[in-house]
Amino acid sequence: MKGIITVLGKDKVGIIAKVCTYLAEQNVNILDISQTIIQGYFNMMMIVDITAPAKSFEALIEDLQKLGAELGVEIKLQHEDIFNTMHRI
Amino acid sequence: MITLGEVQETNKMIREMNLDVRTITMGISLMDCAHSDLQVFNRNIYDKITRLAEKLVKTGEDLERQFGIPIINKRVSVTPISIAAGGLKTDSYVPVAEMLEKAAKEIGVNFIGGFSALVHKGFTEGDRKLIESIPEALSVTERICASVNIGSSRSGINMDAVKLMGGIVKKTAELTADRDSAGCSKLVIFCNAVEDNPFMAGAFHGVGEPECVINVGVSGPGVVKRALEEVKTSDFETLCETIKRTAFKVTRVGQLVAQETSKRLGVPFGIVDLSLAPTPEIGDSIAEIFQVMGLEEAGAPGTTAALAILNDNVKKGGVMASSYVGGLSGAFIPVSEDHGMIQAVQKGALTLEKLEAMTCVCSVGLDMIAIPGDTSAATISGIIADEAAIGMVNNKTTAVRIIPVIGKGVGEIAEFGGLLGYAPVMPVNGFSCASFIDRGGRIPAPIHSFKN
Repeated sequence: MKGIITVLGKDKVGIIAKVCTYLAEQNVNILDISQTIIQGYFNMMMIVDITAPAKSFEALIEDLQKLGAELGVEIKLQHEDIFNTMHRI
Repeated sequence: MITLGEVQETNKMIREMNLDVRTITMGISLMDCAHSDLQVFNRNIYDKITRLAEKLVKTGEDLERQFGIPIINKRVSVTPISIAAGGLKTDSYVPVAEMLEKAAKEIGVNFIGGFSALVHKGFTEGDRKLIESIPEALSVTERICASVNIGSSRSGINMDAVKLMGGIVKKTAELTADRDSAGCSKLVIFCNAVEDNPFMAGAFHGVGEPECVINVGVSGPGVVKRALEEVKTSDFETLCETIKRTAFKVTRVGQLVAQETSKRLGVPFGIVDLSLAPTPEIGDSIAEIFQVMGLEEAGAPGTTAALAILNDNVKKGGVMASSYVGGLSGAFIPVSEDHGMIQAVQKGALTLEKLEAMTCVCSVGLDMIAIPGDTSAATISGIIADEAAIGMVNNKTTAVRIIPVIGKGVGEIAEFGGLLGYAPVMPVNGFSCASFIDRGGRIPAPIHSFKN
């Protein structure tokens, strides 16, 4: 089972580090990262393995939201199915 | 592999274009709850609804979080009460409505549909009692939705029912006069009603449906509007193609939510209703789609054609995205629930007659229209008869949800609150149709109904 994490907001030092550290603590493996900065805005997508996380999917979503609030960016974790269904036949 | 572009597109549709799943509706059969004693019947329906729909709201909320897509309404529809309560020894079905309300509160849904009767060919005793209970039932409850099917392409139009319903609408308006006659916003009069419609106020669980089923209604006028803005000066082919592609994506989300809900609740998946249901929010309006298509206001010449294009292409795009499609499917054109439609009425661009013409190509009919409180019951019956005739002859579902706002006249605003929105009172043709309605009896089915 995979999840998609998106991070959106004003760029600053340590966003990737904080997100990655949190994911490592929760036993969530990162499978792919792509990231761009457009006019000072940080835009990142991660594909993560959520087969055996330490916490429930719901708890991860909440934690990441809180982490985003601390960093001043918006962090979302969504189940990959919504993107697969919408964009793949 | 999923690309960054695709993820951004989906999330942009959710965040900026009002993409959502409009409703998850659990249909529940109340056939096995039948009993002649009111108390036993009421206990049976309460127990069954609260047992089957116990986790409905929670499951909807879980899916909302997991996929990051808003699911606006979680609702329940039940077997038409006139059928389920056919054996009941009572004069009034108002206590049944109160019990349904209690069950709805318990499970946390905002509407429960099925305080309904199907009388397209004639009345049973139960049908009559139910219809007569509607005004009081809608005035003493908040979450109950009622509907009555008064005609079909196969059986014609039951004009006795049409006459009766004019009075029922009027009485419901009077009993809820303190709330701008909002009781009428929960009463739909259908021709060719469908059994699996997940949208209120017309939802009920038809007799051909399984014990319990999950139906999902998708929405998204906002998404279609934004997609069309990007091809603003294109020809009709591109316009249609864009609607189709967008409808496909929107419906896929509905299909995913429907399947997942059904899996988690262990209840079969019924249908996805491919609809564009507007909300009073700016940017989530069917009328604004017409403007992007090139009309100054909804109601301008060309509006019926624009609606026909929209409706057809939503269906074409959506059908491939879902394994089972049903319900009403198409664009809804309510007045009070659509910001752009309200404005069009206020500017004098949109009239009742134009709305009626538009219902020939929309998914439902005259929807959420406020009319003067002193409109006679016969005139309301006349409006119902016209709308039913359009449905009967054209083999489609049509409906009337009209609100004679007691104490208010043309141009004044009626407030219904929340999702139901607000509407300017529209003028109605004042010439009488009373003698026509007084004839009673049944209009025979049209010739093309004989298909056997």
